[in-house]
Amino acid sequence: MAREKIPRQAMPEQDPEERRHNFNEVPYGYTPELAQIEASRCIFCKKPKCIEGCPVEIDIPAFIRLIKDGDFVGAARKIKEANALPAICGRVCPQEEQCEVVCVLGIKYEPVAIGRLERFAADYERENNLITIPEIEPPTGKKVAVVGAGPAGLTVAGELAKLGHEVTIFEALHQPGGVLMYGIPEFRLPKAIVEAEVDYVKKLGVEIIYDAVIGRYMTIDEMLKNYDSIFIGTGAGLPYFMNIPGENLNGVYSANEYLTRSNLMRAYRFPEYDTPIAVSKKVAVLGGGNVAMDAARTALRLGAEEVTVVYRRSRKEMPARIEEIHHAEEEGVILKLLTNPTEIYGDDQGWVRGMRCIRMELGEPDASGRRRPVPIEGSEFDIECDTVVVSIGNGANPLLPQATPGLETNKWGNIIADSKTGATSIPGVYAGGDIVIGAATVILAMGAGKVAAAAMHRYMMGIPEPVTEEESQQTEPEAKSSREK
Amino acid sequence: MNEILTKKILAQGVKEFVIKAPRIARARKAGQFVIVRANETGERIPLTIADADPEAGTITLIFQEVGKTTMLLGTFEEGDSILDVVGPLGKPTHVEKFGTVVCMGGGIGVAPLHPIAKAMKAGGNRVIAIIGARSKDLLIMEDRLKAASHELYVSTDDGTYGVHGFVTDVLQSLIDKGEEINLVVAIGPVPMMAASCKLTKKYNLPTVVSLNPIMVDGTGMCGACRVTVGGKTRFVCVSGPEFDGHQVDFTELVKRQRAYLPQERQSREMFQQQCESHGKQKRTG
Repeated sequence: MAREKIPRQAMPEQDPEERRHNFNEVPYGYTPELAQIEASRCIFCKKPKCIEGCPVEIDIPAFIRLIKDGDFVGAARKIKEANALPAICGRVCPQEEQCEVVCVLGIKYEPVAIGRLERFAADYERENNLITIPEIEPPTGKKVAVVGAGPAGLTVAGELAKLGHEVTIFEALHQPGGVLMYGIPEFRLPKAIVEAEVDYVKKLGVEIIYDAVIGRYMTIDEMLKNYDSIFIGTGAGLPYFMNIPGENLNGVYSANEYLTRSNLMRAYRFPEYDTPIAVSKKVAVLGGGNVAMDAARTALRLGAEEVTVVYRRSRKEMPARIEEIHHAEEEGVILKLLTNPTEIYGDDQGWVRGMRCIRMELGEPDASGRRRPVPIEGSEFDIECDTVVVSIGNGANPLLPQATPGLETNKWGNIIADSKTGATSIPGVYAGGDIVIGAATVILAMGAGKVAAAAMHRYMMGIPEPVTEEESQQTEPEAKSSREK
Repeated sequence: MNEILTKKILAQGVKEFVIKAPRIARARKAGQFVIVRANETGERIPLTIADADPEAGTITLIFQEVGKTTMLLGTFEEGDSILDVVGPLGKPTHVEKFGTVVCMGGGIGVAPLHPIAKAMKAGGNRVIAIIGARSKDLLIMEDRLKAASHELYVSTDDGTYGVHGFVTDVLQSLIDKGEEINLVVAIGPVPMMAASCKLTKKYNLPTVVSLNPIMVDGTGMCGACRVTVGGKTRFVCVSGPEFDGHQVDFTELVKRQRAYLPQERQSREMFQQQCESHGKQKRTG
């Protein structure tokens, strides 16, 4: 069979009826046989577009060829040259918008399942205890502080440790990973995998200090006395609410709180773990993104009988990945589209009893290019629910910027950082990830981390900055090869 | 890290730890708190920093055993360590020369009041402290509040010590005497803070309260601690814990504090059973 005719291989996964009652991971991942069949679909383009589509520029055809040839560990190491967290990215990256959307095979057939192959290679290496530590450059004597052990911070730390710098991460929570640990649920990203990939970063020589809220426990000014450069990757940690009546009733959560209780604090194992979470019958989740899908699917697994996602636009505008919406619907999550809540109402004890909603229709496109939802007059109706999870996004957490005089932020409170270097208004201080660009994806944060790490290395070592965009692009590969020496 | 250097019992069910936490001891200011997690399966709870010694690198935590977590902490002994102590969190108390500041503390609220009274006194204010408890044997930190103030009044609900009545009764008598008061700080159970604010509102006395809602991360990330202040939702962990008491919706705060009562009861009962069976094993074994 011509390889173009081989269909894109599906990943075996848990049956929806079964999985909606447990927190185990949904897909089982490829077997070596499936991975090799899928890898054989790649036509190894001379000018591969997939690499450009990847925010951290993994040499995708090279690792796929290694899988095809049966060198699975080699494939994992090839990925790790560009990405220290492949088992995580293979699971949570929106490949359909990045590497896979530009895959040439996708024009006529379906694109190569790059994400599934990445996941396979990383899992194979880890599960067979074949993870090794790459060569680390000799110590430079430079010290780096990283604020936040999320995807951006871990990437910066790993990159700079490999270059011989002494890196310390300061993490506010008691576990590493940021959103990977508190936000994304176990059934989508097992925490043991996050721990294993963080462990890899630690083995590169990175130290992590927990329970360290920078801005309170220590300021950036104080840190500048002890470190040669600092990276701020504190994430988008300030949940938005709808600002409608009833939002402070008991049973109303931000998605951050709901997921943090369940994931980081393991409330799904209450009372073995002490942190409680609402015991719900009917749950309404407000919002249409990946986080809303995570919250809805978590609610099902916590035992809710009925879970409804309420979103004000139509299915087409939902920001969630198609795969996540599909998984949620398979498990029984109900989508109530073109619907907007106007009020949450409760009983006299302060508990949620329901939500008043209004139907919407799509009008003219707004600033985001999506058609603006407009309320249909007189179409109000009620949804009965005892828990509401508000999942409409996050703003910039003001804690660190407020405690850091001279650190410039924009009108939304995001730190202003140069997109080519991550440099902030304070010399030696860099920033990246959600605290700069607003709530986005794990891989974009990692991409920003890579850019910042390269610039921080140049800053500390006295290497001149590239001047223009063209030059920057031309010198990037050089900077990389000099690193690999 | 976070080793318990000394443990004291201040009253029935009220314990005091002095903990080694040098960086927090240096960085903290009056009014700030920490979040603690006792062990691997533990929840995160906020506790006010009752005192600190930056030279010795220690902070003082005082807590009342009301739920599983505080009961578990109560079983910790000197030499044990608390797994996680995060802080200092929250905004420090705003201290300036106000004039005469009345610092009122009810029950366990005397603990968070202590550093504020100290800071107000150090800031050049005349500090009148009023502390109270249900009964004499539940009163804590009398000598320390005496040292942190210029005048100290004590009340007990049952009259077993000091003035027979509430701390608000003492404040009323000060007002009646014509005492000129520039600021009131009231910390304690919500009904006590609500009653204090009701009284001070009548006389237009600016009043600061320190709130203790349920929290998880303590950095503004989750919003579990939201309260309504002046009709607006605020996160106590980053915008507080101190607010203008006349603007706080105490009714909502009480309801929100009760959000997990059934689960809290379940945890507490399980823990008590474990302690009992552990105790029996010890006796028979």
